[in-house]
Amino acid sequence: MEPRTQAVSDLSTRPDGRTPLLQVRDLRVWFELRRWVFSRAGYVRAVDGISFDLYPGEVLAIVGESGSGKSTLIRTLLGLHRPIRGSVSYQGKDLRSFTPQEMRWYRNTQVGYVQQDPYGALPPFMSVRQILEEPMIIGGIRDRRQRLERIREVMEEVKLTPVEEFLFKFPHMLSGGQQQRVVIARAILMRPRLLIADEPVSMLDASIRVEVLKLLQALQRRYHLSVIYVTHDLATATYFADRIIVMYAGKVVEQAPMAELLAHAAHPYTVALLTALPDPDPENAHRLKEVPPGEPPNLIAPPPGCRFHPRCPRIIQGLCDREEPPDFEVGPGHRAACWLYRP
Amino acid sequence: MIPSKALLQISGLTLHFRTRAGIVRAVDGVDLEVRENEALVILGESGCGKSSLARAILRLLPRNVAAYHGSILLDGLDLMRLDDESFRREVRWKLISMVPQAAMNAFNPVLRVGEQVIEPALNQLGMSRPEAMERARTLFRLVGIPEAFLQRYAFELSGGMRQRAAIAMALITSPRLVLLDEPTSALDVLTQANIFNKLKQIKWELGVSFILITHDIAVSSELADRVAVMYAGQIVELSDAQRFFREPLHPYSRGLLASVPRPHHRGELAFIPGRPPGLIQLPPGCRFADRCPLRFEKCAQDPPAIHREGRMVRCWLYE
Repeated sequence: MEPRTQAVSDLSTRPDGRTPLLQVRDLRVWFELRRWVFSRAGYVRAVDGISFDLYPGEVLAIVGESGSGKSTLIRTLLGLHRPIRGSVSYQGKDLRSFTPQEMRWYRNTQVGYVQQDPYGALPPFMSVRQILEEPMIIGGIRDRRQRLERIREVMEEVKLTPVEEFLFKFPHMLSGGQQQRVVIARAILMRPRLLIADEPVSMLDASIRVEVLKLLQALQRRYHLSVIYVTHDLATATYFADRIIVMYAGKVVEQAPMAELLAHAAHPYTVALLTALPDPDPENAHRLKEVPPGEPPNLIAPPPGCRFHPRCPRIIQGLCDREEPPDFEVGPGHRAACWLYRP
Repeated sequence: MIPSKALLQISGLTLHFRTRAGIVRAVDGVDLEVRENEALVILGESGCGKSSLARAILRLLPRNVAAYHGSILLDGLDLMRLDDESFRREVRWKLISMVPQAAMNAFNPVLRVGEQVIEPALNQLGMSRPEAMERARTLFRLVGIPEAFLQRYAFELSGGMRQRAAIAMALITSPRLVLLDEPTSALDVLTQANIFNKLKQIKWELGVSFILITHDIAVSSELADRVAVMYAGQIVELSDAQRFFREPLHPYSRGLLASVPRPHHRGELAFIPGRPPGLIQLPPGCRFADRCPLRFEKCAQDPPAIHREGRMVRCWLYE
């Protein structure tokens, strides 16, 4: 089935001639398990054959549960893990062929990273001003006045105002929402083209979440940023993303434009995620939700065939538990790796 | 199914802490009632005092308590009159048990899960080991964990399984009331939905009452018969779930509901500007006033609890 998967994933989702900013091709990131120092006990296949394109100005949501490989994927996109196979290319150039200078340029000026836990992402002993000044010092902006000016500019942009009030505060003196604004300010400081946001609102209170999401959305529009929004929460993704990739156990099970996915979710896993979405409806308390039991598989010895088959309500015996499903075209720009959609 | 008889009646419950910065008014005069076989949700954001309320009910108090009074009646028994020893012996676990926040991370790593789950039954009910183990097996089936996992260690269980085990542990003494403090907030959506399915079945089959403490209004609807919204140490709205989720009364509750992303009903998401007041220096008048889009002159005065058609709301709009 391997060659066919290749063929389909090479079809560009956007045949309009624009070149993607980021191209991911058959990416595999495995971690080696060693029993003693030398005997290899196996691999954790955290990311196992992922392909997608990200175009300038596009917001792509990557949705998956814990253990689906989303964090490993992000770290690989940031150049922090070396893939065992496949490639990540930025503006057509493979990250692995970057010189150390190019890697610094890529990380420092091209990608902004918004971490999940704002408190953990901010050094507790540095003031907001120091936190925001550091990337510029590393980036080689020598002029103090220029740096301070840019700090004021981004702080106003993320609405940490009045600026004077926040400049000399330490992270612990800020609320969760304010901390996350500092993280966002730091991410956009060097005017990146790509923003990678890893669960940027999951640690925040409900009433603040929307505020931070709207801020990210406004920044994305103003600067025509490409955004990879990684989350386990389909609900927030629907508000923000143009396109969505659903991951399960290290693989992409479905990808589609956002509206298309909401209207015609194809993969049984995606359907389950949509069913499980908490919705404030008083009837919920009186009925059970139809969600598959069980838990995502172990990534050291993933099940044969489709990795979702042990939990799948629509399993085709003898096929799903044996053969790995390739991507099938199920709609415009909409692909699902599921045998139910074989032609 | 109309739960009618009152199981837990709380009135004027107050819990203040002494800190270097001043007195923290975490629970500031709370009146609540939980009926038999009912799930009451306490909904509020971080720092509103909802976990302190749970601790006040179970008398799990730190040393820096500045004030702790009010009345708590459980099935007519006045809990506040019990001394600490009889409270520990007769109430905690036996009548009211709790699944604390992040309970799944609280298992002892060097003891088998089963040993820990049966402990309350041995200590509080004086059950024999085989009896307690038998009950643990039944409960593991009920929460959906294979029995064999009783013999495993916590690290061998996934987060969702450990959380279920914590729920089984809270049920082992057959309490009348179980307090659940954010039982699923660290879990994935599918796991979360599975656990709520189990909690519903437990409620239907065993007839226990629940107090579910959460910050997530969407999740709260999974179990709620009634909803109490907590803000800055007070209950600002109390309503049956049916009317609450369709038409919340308090402007804060309305803001919370409007901030829930609902993929199937597209519409603008709203948020509540500002942040809750600190519990040390509470503003005079309505505690929500400075964030409220509907405030008017009257809001400078403390709003009373206004009762309307079986609902309660602490807001001058409904005077």
